[in-house]
Amino acid sequence: MKISRRNFLWAAGAVVTGTLAAKLGCSPKEPPIEPTTPGEEPTVAPSFKEDLRIQYAQTVTSICSYCGVGCGVLCFVEDGKIVAIEGDPDNPINEGSLCSKGSAVFNKYYIYDEKGNAVVNPQRVQKVLYRAPRSSNWEEKSWDWAINEIAKRFKATRDATFKEKNAAGAIVNRTEAIAWIGSAMCNNEENYIYRKFVAATGIVNQDHCARL
Amino acid sequence: MTNHWIDYQHSDVIMNIGGNTAENHPISMKWIQKALDKGAKLIVVDPRFTRTAALADVYAPIRPGTNTAFLNGLINYAIVNNKYHKDYVKMYTNASSLINPAFGYSDGLFTGAEDAPARGPGQKSYKTDTWTYQRDAEGKILKDETLQDPNCVWQLFKKFYSRYDVKTVSELTGCPEDKFIEVAELFCSTGQPGKAGNISYAMGITQFSHGSQNTRAISILQLLLGNVGIAGGGVNAQRGQINVQGATDMGMLYHILPGYMPMPRDGQDLAAYNAATPAGGFWVNRPKFIAAMLKAWYGDKATAENDFCFDYLPRLDKDRSSVAYYTYMAKGEIKGLFCFADNPVVSGASTIKKRKAQAKLDWLVCADLFENETAAFWKAPDMNPAEIDTEVFLLPAAAPFEKEGTVANSGRWIQWRNKAQEPTGNAKSDLWIVDKLFKAVRELYKKEGGAFPAPILEMTWDYGNEPDVAKVCMEINGYYVADGKLMTGFADFVNNDPGVVAAGAWIYAGFYQDAANPNCKRRIKETEGIGSNLEWSWAWPMNRRIVYNRASCDAAGNPWNPDLPVVWWDGKEWKRHDVPDFNAAVPPEDTASKAFIMTPELQARLFAAGMVDGPFTEHYEPWESVTKNKLTGNVEFNPCSTVWYPEDRGSAEDYPYIATTYRLVEHYQTGAMTRNMPWLKEAMPEMFCEISPSLAAKIGVSNGDMVEVESKRGKIKMKAAVTTRVRPLIINGEEKEIVGMPMHWGFMGLSTGATCNDLSPTIGCANTTIPEFKSFICNIRRAG
Repeated sequence: MKISRRNFLWAAGAVVTGTLAAKLGCSPKEPPIEPTTPGEEPTVAPSFKEDLRIQYAQTVTSICSYCGVGCGVLCFVEDGKIVAIEGDPDNPINEGSLCSKGSAVFNKYYIYDEKGNAVVNPQRVQKVLYRAPRSSNWEEKSWDWAINEIAKRFKATRDATFKEKNAAGAIVNRTEAIAWIGSAMCNNEENYIYRKFVAATGIVNQDHCARL
Repeated sequence: MTNHWIDYQHSDVIMNIGGNTAENHPISMKWIQKALDKGAKLIVVDPRFTRTAALADVYAPIRPGTNTAFLNGLINYAIVNNKYHKDYVKMYTNASSLINPAFGYSDGLFTGAEDAPARGPGQKSYKTDTWTYQRDAEGKILKDETLQDPNCVWQLFKKFYSRYDVKTVSELTGCPEDKFIEVAELFCSTGQPGKAGNISYAMGITQFSHGSQNTRAISILQLLLGNVGIAGGGVNAQRGQINVQGATDMGMLYHILPGYMPMPRDGQDLAAYNAATPAGGFWVNRPKFIAAMLKAWYGDKATAENDFCFDYLPRLDKDRSSVAYYTYMAKGEIKGLFCFADNPVVSGASTIKKRKAQAKLDWLVCADLFENETAAFWKAPDMNPAEIDTEVFLLPAAAPFEKEGTVANSGRWIQWRNKAQEPTGNAKSDLWIVDKLFKAVRELYKKEGGAFPAPILEMTWDYGNEPDVAKVCMEINGYYVADGKLMTGFADFVNNDPGVVAAGAWIYAGFYQDAANPNCKRRIKETEGIGSNLEWSWAWPMNRRIVYNRASCDAAGNPWNPDLPVVWWDGKEWKRHDVPDFNAAVPPEDTASKAFIMTPELQARLFAAGMVDGPFTEHYEPWESVTKNKLTGNVEFNPCSTVWYPEDRGSAEDYPYIATTYRLVEHYQTGAMTRNMPWLKEAMPEMFCEISPSLAAKIGVSNGDMVEVESKRGKIKMKAAVTTRVRPLIINGEEKEIVGMPMHWGFMGLSTGATCNDLSPTIGCANTTIPEFKSFICNIRRAG
C-alpha cells in the first residue's frame, strides 16, 4: 500500500486539515500557471489547488445524503457554518464527483437571498411544532414539553394495549397499537437505538423505506 | 449487492434491468463508463428509454411487470443454446440434488397449494412438504452428479424454464423477438469461464407482487452463467437511499432483528428459536449471535439461566409491514405512529387511503428536516382539519452534516460521517431525540409502573447525558463482557460460549474494533489491486468486498479469469485481492462445492424451498393487468400475495393503460428535501406524466397540456410530456400504451404537485410486502 501525502493526513485521523496542513508547511508556494496559448483555460497545479482551499476554511469529510452510492463529500466550514460542499477527491467511490442532487446539497442548509448572502434555508423546521386535535395550525413548543408529552401519550397507549399472552396463552409481549417508521435517511447508530426502543417497548409494527 | 460500485469497471457485459443507474445512482456511471472504455457492453431493459438507455449498446423495451418472464427467457436461452457455465453450475449450485418425486407443477401452481382466504378471494398458500430434497438415512442430500436423474434439480429446472421460449417471452413482455435475442446472445456470452456479467437493478425489479421472484430469477441467471463471486459480476441491488442498507442491517423491519436474525414468533421460547437454527453453513452460529445481542441489550440481567432475557422480546404474529399496518390503522387498530425521516403519505401505496388512516391515530410523532406531507397530512387538500382529532408532534431534526455516525452504502461499505456544523435552529439529531425519549419513557415506568415494565427498565441505555455515537458504535461492534475489549470479527463469536461476548449487530463485528482507530474511519485508497480498497472504511461481512468469492475459482483454486483474480491458490496458500469468504487455512479441495456458506447445503439454490410462492420463478401478471397470462392456466396473479382491498381492483375495460412510476435525477424520493431546495426546484419545477405521441394523439393532447390520470383508487392532474421515451408495445398481439409518472411530488414544500401514489394499489410482494408501484392500470384524458 502506497501512502501519499493526502492519504497520510487522513490515515493520521485528521478531520480538520487546515491547522495540521499549516503545521506541516503546506502553505501555497506555486503561483497559478498562466495559459501559454490564448483562449486556453489557466491551469493550476493540483497541490496548489488543495492548499488554496484550506487557507480559508476547515475541511470536514462526510458522506452524501441521497442514494446508496455513498459518495464522499468535503464540507468547507468557516465560523462554524458550512460555506461550500464539494465531492471528496480522496474517496475512491466518487473520486471527487457529485451528481445534480449532491452538488446542490448545500441548499439543504443554506440558500442565497436576493443580496447574495447565504441564509439558513427558511423551509427547514427549526422549532418543535405541535398540532392540537381539530386545529388548523402548528404551535411552537419546547423540547422538554414535547419529549414529556410524547412519553406520556406513548405510555398511556402502550399500557392500555399491551398483551403478554395471546388467546391461546402463548407468550407475545407486544403492543399492536403503536407503529414505527425509520429510516434509511438516518445513520446506523440511530437505527440501532430505534431498534432497541422498539424491542424494549414491544412495538411490532415497524418498517422503514426498504419496503416503501 | 454481492459486489460493489468500483467493481463495475471489471464487467464484460452489464445488464441494467429495472433500474436507471444514470439518473438514480449517477456517480456509479463513472465505473460503468470505465468498463465501456475497455470494451464492455451495456444492456438496458426498461419500459422507458431512460438516460441510462441512452448510453447503452443495446436497449430492450419491456412491459412493466414482466421482468420474471424476460429473465426466465434468458435462463432458458442459456440452457437451450448451451451457453451456461457447466463446471460452476455443477460445483456451486444445487443442480445435482434430488428432489422429492411428489414435487410438481401444473397450471400456475406448484404442488401443495391450499386455499388461503386470509390472503383474499381465490388466493393460496403452500404446504411445502413436497418441496424437499431426497435424503439418506443420515440426512445427507442425495445427488446425481451426472445431472440425468429425472428428479434432480437440473432436470426439473430445465423442464420448468423450457416454457419460456423466445416467442412466448416476446408476446408477454412486448420486447421484439430480435431485440430479445440480441440481449440474450450478448448477456449469455458471459457464461464462458473468464467472462464477467453484472446484473444491476433497483425498484423496477422489487416493487411488484412478484418482486422477490424477480430477484430470484436474476440470481438464478447469474449462477447459471457463473457470474456470482467473481470480479465484474454479481447480483447488484442498487440501493436508492444512503443508508437503506444500514437501516436493514440494524433490523428496522418487522420480521428481523439486527443482523438478519428472524423475529421470534408467538409462543416461541429460546430453545424453540435455537432449534430452528439452520443445520449447516455459517448460520449454525446463530444461537451465539442472538445471545450476544441479548447480552448487549440486557447486560448483567441476561444470563444463560434466564435465556438471556429472550422473553423480553416481543413476538411476531403476522404481516406487520407498513403496507399491512396502514390497513390496520384504517381499521382503528393503531393509535400512535412514530415516523422518523420518512414520508409514507407520498411514498406509500394508495396514499389517499393512508392520509385517511392517519386521521384515526390518537397521536403522530414526526422528525424531519422539513414539514413533509406525513406530518402535515391534516392540511392535505382532501382533508378537513376540523374533523381530525390526531395530535401531531413535528420535531426538527438535524441534517446529515450536522451530526456524526456511519452509513452503509450499496456495496456494504460502512463509511464515517463527521459533523461539519451544529444543527440548524433548535434541531437535534435523531440519536438525541430517541435517547431523550427512551429516558423519559423509562423514567415514567420507574415512577408509575405499568404494563410489563422490565424490558424497558432493564434495557442497557448508557450513552451519556448527551448521547455519544462512539458508545453506540462499540455496542453494535461488540465487546467481551468480562473486560470490555472490543471484538475484531466473527471468530470472537465462534470461539466462545454464548454470553461471553455482547454485540448489538453481529454482522458489524469488526467495524469499530478499536476506539482510537476504528476501521470504519479508515481513509487509505488502494494503489494496487482490483479496486477492493480494503483499507478504505470497512465492509460487512469481515471487510469482504465481493461475497461468495470462493466461486471465482475452480475446484483447484485457479481463478476462472486469471487476469482478474479475487483470490487464488498458488500451490501452497491462498493469495488474495479481497477477504476470502471461506476457510483459507485449508487446501482448495476442502472448500470446493462449499462456496455459498450461508446456506446449509453450502451451495446456491436453483431450486429454493424457502420462497412462499414457489421454488422456481413463475411469471404472474401484476394485480392489475391489461392482458391475459397464457402460461399459468386460471391463475393470473401471484396466488400468494395478500389482497387487502379486493374492491380496489380496476378492470382493463375501464383502465386500459399501463401505469408505472419512477424517479428523476433532480429530485429525491418523496421530494420532502429536494422540493424545498431552490436550485433543484428550478432544475425540475413540476409534476408531469410521460406518454407516447400515439397515445397523445388518441386522447387529443399536446405536449404541455394538462391531463387527468385516473385509477380505481383516485385521480390526479398534471402536465403531459409527450415523448418517444415511452412507446406502445405489442402484448399478446395487441398494442398497449404506457403512462409514466415520477413519484416526487406532494402538497407541501416550495414545489407542490400531484402525488402519483394516490393512484397506486395496496398490494405487495408475496414474500416481502413491497408495494406494486411499478405496474398498475389507469385511464388518461385531457383536463379542462
